[in-house]
Amino acid sequence: MLKFLKRFYIFIIFTFLYAPIAVLIAYSFNSSKSSKWTGFTFDWYIQLFQDKQIMNSWGVTLRVAIFSAIIATIIGTMAAIGIANMKKRTRSAVLSVNNIPVTNPDIITGVSLMLLFIALRIERGEITLLLAHITFNIPYVILSVLPKLHQADNMTYEAALDLGATPFSAFWKVVFHEIKPGIVTGFILAFTLSFDDFMISNYTGGTAQTLAVTIFSMTKKKINPKIYALSSIMFLTVLILLIIVNLRQDDNNSKKERKLKKVEKNL
Amino acid sequence: MENNIIIDLKNISMEYGNEKVLDNINLYIRDKEFVTLLGPSGCGKTTTLRIIGGFINQTSGNVYFEGKEISKVPPYKRQLNTVFQKYALFSHLNVFENVAFGLRLKKGKEKLDEKVIKEKVSEMLKLVNLSGYEKRDINSLSGGQQQRVAIVRALVNHPKVLLLDEPLGALDLKLRKDMQTELKKIQQRLGITFIYVTHDQEEALSMSDTIVVMNEGKIQQIGTPQDIYNEPKNAFVADFIGESNILDGIMKKDCLVNIFGQDIECVDVGFEENESVDVVIRPEDIIITSPEEGIFSGTVTSLTFKGVHFEMVIQCDGFEFLAHNTIASQPGEKIGLKVKPFDFHIMKKSKKECEK
Repeated sequence: MLKFLKRFYIFIIFTFLYAPIAVLIAYSFNSSKSSKWTGFTFDWYIQLFQDKQIMNSWGVTLRVAIFSAIIATIIGTMAAIGIANMKKRTRSAVLSVNNIPVTNPDIITGVSLMLLFIALRIERGEITLLLAHITFNIPYVILSVLPKLHQADNMTYEAALDLGATPFSAFWKVVFHEIKPGIVTGFILAFTLSFDDFMISNYTGGTAQTLAVTIFSMTKKKINPKIYALSSIMFLTVLILLIIVNLRQDDNNSKKERKLKKVEKNL
Repeated sequence: MENNIIIDLKNISMEYGNEKVLDNINLYIRDKEFVTLLGPSGCGKTTTLRIIGGFINQTSGNVYFEGKEISKVPPYKRQLNTVFQKYALFSHLNVFENVAFGLRLKKGKEKLDEKVIKEKVSEMLKLVNLSGYEKRDINSLSGGQQQRVAIVRALVNHPKVLLLDEPLGALDLKLRKDMQTELKKIQQRLGITFIYVTHDQEEALSMSDTIVVMNEGKIQQIGTPQDIYNEPKNAFVADFIGESNILDGIMKKDCLVNIFGQDIECVDVGFEENESVDVVIRPEDIIITSPEEGIFSGTVTSLTFKGVHFEMVIQCDGFEFLAHNTIASQPGEKIGLKVKPFDFHIMKKSKKECEK
């Protein structure tokens, strides 16, 4: 009985979490524009891909997500290396500065970036959008690379130097491999955050509209089920990315476990 | 002898903020010598090793390698290699690639053929009985095997000096003993200078040509293992190397020391009259006799079986003697203690205690 209650409780929770999305996905296949179910159709998906505005937003979203993730990963990784080598006091100061944008409401980041671009007289478009996304992605990359740097002990870096590697090649041949999982996770995280961002994109994109912004502006008018179709695709994209991130972490963990078991056997 | 000195440390001091970690270290190391830096943790032995390796820079003083000052030379240009405390192996590379790491870094004219690399690595793995492990993952090896990989990875470049930072610290006792013998053999076969850091005095005594005992950033004594054990220079060395009884004494004149109010014959000379001294007696040098025949007499308070011998604590006039003997005396028994004149080691009081 208790077991049943436990399961039921979890079932309720997941229902509340996922029912709205399930409804959304269901409506994206509804042949009627109203909330009445009138039959199954792919029409909205077909219309979606014929809509120039939406296709344009797809392009903007993907370009900004990919480039901002790449650039933020490079800058964030370099920053993390710098931070890891700081003295303790400076390090904790820099880290708390790094954490402010993470906890700061998006709307404040968005409005302040908009004001900055206006003050600098930079016309808002895809470039400002990209700059804004790089900015808010960097702290997340730092946060995912830094723990790996702490895990990787400094000894292997010194060992590489000792064997004749210059500091530069010691980084590429040794340290980079040790922190690679953190870098990849940081990249995927940055891509996902950029992909589903609305608030900051809304204020900094100007003429360049991301999918989220397009959907928002479309819902202000009469709602077209194309939006349901689009939202379903976006949901699936983010879901797949998150599953990849989780699987990677599981994979790392189970690899470690297997290694440990092997070592135990050898001992 | 002067001309085969390979490493020479001159007036090395190291400070972190206000903390003096090394205080005016002077030490030379000869080619092909097995030198051990021995001391408790925090004595500066690892710092000394890291200065020789080039990982940190001394606050003052000079490091000479074959007569040339190398303080400004970065670690990757120094002709010495290091075996690190926790091995520091590259876990993304297999055993072969770990060992080949140093060889693959050679550029330009020195660049090695894949065939040569293969030969050198196999030769090295054979040296430590790891042939056939080339493709193995580092993390699938046992501690002892990882240790061997770390050693040959450092040896593959044929360094003139190998630095070893407590390399056996993480191994269990049996494995450690085996590795000690193996390391000594490797050192003799390859004819490389070893500078070995440890806090384990037994390890130091059994492997070294020369032991450098360090404490609080200062060198306490440099000598052969026999010298260090038999003729410790001060109470710290005596206490750190092996177990010992350290008694307060007063030097009456040459070859006569006063302990617990009795004048006792010894063999030490060169002290001032009535100078306060430390008298060191090794537990195995105490001979147990009847209370009448002994120099000191007392009551046994504890008896422990140690395998090769018994360890006894004997209470004499408020001082607890530690004695080793193959014959057990039971607790409560009254016995006499005798020590041969040359088994009293008399040394000047260490400065600190004088200040007190």
